[in-house]
Amino acid sequence: MQREARLIQGNQAIAEGAIYAGARFYAGYPITPSSEIAEECSRIMPGVGGMYIQMEDEIASIAAVVGASLAGAKAFTATSGPGFSLMQENLGLAVMGEVPCVVINVQRSGPSTGLATKPAQSDVMQVRWGRHGDQSIIALSPSSVKECFTLTVQAFNLAERFRVPVILAADEIVAHMRESFTAPAPGELEVVDRKKPACPPGQYKPFEAGEDGVAPLAAYGSRYVFHVSSSMHGPDGYSNNSPANAAWRVAQLHRKIETHRDEIVMTRSYYTGDGCDVLLVAFGAVTRAARAAALEARKRGVKAGVLQLITLWPFPDLEVAVLGENARTVVVPEMNYAGQVAGEVRKALGPGKDIRRVNKFNGQIITPKDILEAVM
Amino acid sequence: MTEKKDRYEVIMAGSGGQGLIVSGIMLGEAAMLEGKNVVQTQSYGIASRGGFSAAEVIMDRDEIIFQQVEKPDVVLVLTEEAMEKYQDLAGSGIPVFYDTTLLKPRTGENFYGYPFTELAEKLGHVGTANMIALGVMSAVTGLVELESLARVINKRFSGKTAEMNLKALHTGAGLIAG
Repeated sequence: MQREARLIQGNQAIAEGAIYAGARFYAGYPITPSSEIAEECSRIMPGVGGMYIQMEDEIASIAAVVGASLAGAKAFTATSGPGFSLMQENLGLAVMGEVPCVVINVQRSGPSTGLATKPAQSDVMQVRWGRHGDQSIIALSPSSVKECFTLTVQAFNLAERFRVPVILAADEIVAHMRESFTAPAPGELEVVDRKKPACPPGQYKPFEAGEDGVAPLAAYGSRYVFHVSSSMHGPDGYSNNSPANAAWRVAQLHRKIETHRDEIVMTRSYYTGDGCDVLLVAFGAVTRAARAAALEARKRGVKAGVLQLITLWPFPDLEVAVLGENARTVVVPEMNYAGQVAGEVRKALGPGKDIRRVNKFNGQIITPKDILEAVM
Repeated sequence: MTEKKDRYEVIMAGSGGQGLIVSGIMLGEAAMLEGKNVVQTQSYGIASRGGFSAAEVIMDRDEIIFQQVEKPDVVLVLTEEAMEKYQDLAGSGIPVFYDTTLLKPRTGENFYGYPFTELAEKLGHVGTANMIALGVMSAVTGLVELESLARVINKRFSGKTAEMNLKALHTGAGLIAG
């Protein structure tokens, strides 16, 4: 990885961030606007002793990623709307089997194949609820080329730490945008590896969670022979249909994320130091338009600030509540029709709050002007 | 040459396959060599050739917050469709550069028409037309130093290709100096 400043795309930074985090397996099916991630991985994976496989479709891609992770590799794939839909079933398997992996979803305009080259932020709810059954998920969203790199590293760290799939919910804007970027030096960012079993192979139980709710994970092909099932299972990984076991398992899958909220939920606030009358809650590339709008509003005498949601799921409801409580008005700009994040902001702030939505869903980018109209 | 500004916003528009995005990247890389922050974005349809395509470049000494061009300082257009979209900017004082080999001539202030494609063919490769354009644009507006563009060319290309692009760059700049 070159350490000088380069003008690179978000997609390239994602691929490089994955390598930095220790990813050595990529399986995918190229789709606009994520294709450069596959392209970049096909180029650099072999050089670091990793593997790149172009699969026949997205269902096979996520299946290969789950398998590679269980065999001990840090593994990931990248896709966009239509492909992300196809991945949901095996993502559910990764939740149930507690398989660490990362899925990059570069959001584009839908529904279905929609506007293939145009941006959207309309998969917020699919990221959270796309799979059937009771489950939780971690999702992060970058607003710059630098964050494409650092949040990919963070996504792998969280996946490894909690044995969960993590979604990087990028958008076409950050993915295709080029920015001057200098890659962090080795060791500059923390890299987390999954906990491995310390017990003898005969005593290993792949789903016996320790105090932190996370069980150590051995690798397929090692001396530890173990079973992973998509069906309800006990600590040994074998089928267990007892109500008590099911209740414990479902709660544990949620709890390991809920109880570590402070390690997972990341936000950044701008221009809020002196309090703000108008709070803009934004994520992904739209954060930039929101910042520009807040600065302009301040020039015009309105105390505006921005809360960037770096973590989308679990939702930063406490952070929204703390900053939003004292604001007269909260504005939520997002590139989707229904206000997917605005609904969560409403939940966090209650029915009495003046919450204004700015939605664009025609493939065009939300501008500072669009947001200012709701602020002023 | 006009005085160099801390921030430039540039639009380069035409159709897919004309090399506008690569030109935007090279312009951005040249600005980085001069210590500026750079954001380059693009807009295109689903066709890899043809269809409206545009590259935007913002170069700033400070942090670049919103990533899209809002107040262009310089515009380059390589198709009639792109010209129609941006020609009104000339009226508000923004230089609009265009290729007279490909477009009808425009009269009026702030229109800068040169036969980029014809000159490029004479140099031996039509693909150098954009480098001629960058040479002209930099000489007129002070976007970046020619030396910075030359360094980017030498980084990206070697041998005959580098040579031809350097020739194109100086051909472009020469149109203004002369």
